[in-house]
Amino acid sequence: MNVIQTSSLTKYYGKSRGIIDINLVVPEGDFFGFIGPNGAGKSTTIRTLLGLIAPTSGTAKLLGKDILKQKKEILADIGYMPSEANFYSGMKVQDIIRYSAELRGKNCQTEAGCLCDRLELDTKKKIKELSLGNRKKVSIVCALQHNPRLCILDEPTSGLDPLMQREFYAILEERNKQGTTIFLSSHVLSEIQRYCKHAAVIREGKILISDSIDRMSQTYAKRVTIRGITEIPTLTGIKDIKTSGDTMNFLYSGELTPLLHMLAELSLTDVNISEPDLEEIFMHYYREEK
Amino acid sequence: MAILKSELRQGRNTFFIWTAVIAFMLGICVLIYPEMKGQMSEISGMFADMGSFSAAFGMDRINFGEFAGFFGVECGNILGLGGAFFAALTGISALAKEEKERTAEFLLTHPVSRKKIVMQKWCVVFIQITILNLVIIGVTVLSAFIIDESLDKKTFALLFFAYFILQIEISAVCFGISAFISRSGLGIGLGIAVSFYFLNIISNLTEDAKFLKYITPFGYTDGADIITNGSIEIKYLFVGVILTIIGILAAFWKYQKKDII
Repeated sequence: MNVIQTSSLTKYYGKSRGIIDINLVVPEGDFFGFIGPNGAGKSTTIRTLLGLIAPTSGTAKLLGKDILKQKKEILADIGYMPSEANFYSGMKVQDIIRYSAELRGKNCQTEAGCLCDRLELDTKKKIKELSLGNRKKVSIVCALQHNPRLCILDEPTSGLDPLMQREFYAILEERNKQGTTIFLSSHVLSEIQRYCKHAAVIREGKILISDSIDRMSQTYAKRVTIRGITEIPTLTGIKDIKTSGDTMNFLYSGELTPLLHMLAELSLTDVNISEPDLEEIFMHYYREEK
Repeated sequence: MAILKSELRQGRNTFFIWTAVIAFMLGICVLIYPEMKGQMSEISGMFADMGSFSAAFGMDRINFGEFAGFFGVECGNILGLGGAFFAALTGISALAKEEKERTAEFLLTHPVSRKKIVMQKWCVVFIQITILNLVIIGVTVLSAFIIDESLDKKTFALLFFAYFILQIEISAVCFGISAFISRSGLGIGLGIAVSFYFLNIISNLTEDAKFLKYITPFGYTDGADIITNGSIEIKYLFVGVILTIIGILAAFWKYQKKDII
């Protein structure tokens, strides 16, 4: 079953663009990364899926249920972590966590206690005394304490220190192994590459690509570094050319044979062909249309 | 019910302060009555003789020598304005504060329908206003007992009833507006309460402005009218009830389809 399925989901804020024609498919049990720069439409997509804003056109299903007609049932099975962790400032951490469970009509004390321990969260403190990182932890507990089938996390790691980020991903991986689908948005590509199975790239409100992380890193491009020439070789599929002195660096996408033929004809001192990391692929997609 | 409980708990400090201040002022106002009563024969004449100023506050129509008359104007102003301010502030912040403090994202991503949220939030406003009024009735009865004045049951019941409906009306109108805004509406709320108050004063000044009493809830809470007529003006009250209903329905209608950005 697909846990997230959108068809031509579109949102305009008046005349300004939110998201256009979003078609996303996330199968059950996936660990899905949603990549894009600020303002690309990541949060708009997530907020539309959660029913915080209504789509201008298009439809979407979460857990097989319509986001408009069965919103309440959907929300009961979802854990959501907003990008900004804001809570009622006068309340204590434990009050917020209990309130969240009460709103779900559940008793999640055991799980909440376990999560608070692992994240080293002091539940006696008042929300207004907490740093951003600690507020994020409250958000994590609220998103996970009821064992949801789907976790939607909007830039979850911003504000968390590296150790906490590692613990956080450890928790997510455990949940994922137990069958929970994870959908997280981020602009930190290294963490997406490290943890996610699939990813989609969004830019200016449109999905550019949605594929497995492996295929995205393999099929699409090679990072080629050549030493010893100054002239840019003529070959289709070369992008993102950088030169410094006698070293040239470019991204190549296409069949390998033409690349090797071209290299054989050049008088080189050194050559290096490597898999680009996700960051490079990302930049490649972003620069393409600029 | 979780929202209702949590909202009452979160709002309790503000609520206690407002209730205490209004009750205290009202109590003081009643307790100084015996002091003023002795001088009332002169003062009453003077108050009634200040032309349009007297008319504005209804002082030309009632007798300050009687406790009900004194209460209707002096205490009426405290209870009327204080209650209206509290009602306006509670109503206007009920829904909008979630977006202003950016907690709407937390609340609305839980499996609770927006209809239920609006319903519980309105209940909180209603409960707070009801308790405020019960406390104030208690304080009035107690302080009147201390100064040994008897309360005419019907007059006072009408006065308190009118003020209660006034507060419900103002809070309902503000509650409706609250669904449309996503920032602090305190200015709007206070503005509404103050303009309602002044509309009634203007309507007392000249016959031409009498129609304003239909608009402002202070039209049907005017102590001078209630005491002299022994009844609440149903036609003004009717408009008030209609506005109340419109306010609440508007909140339900708007909040269910509002984009939380």
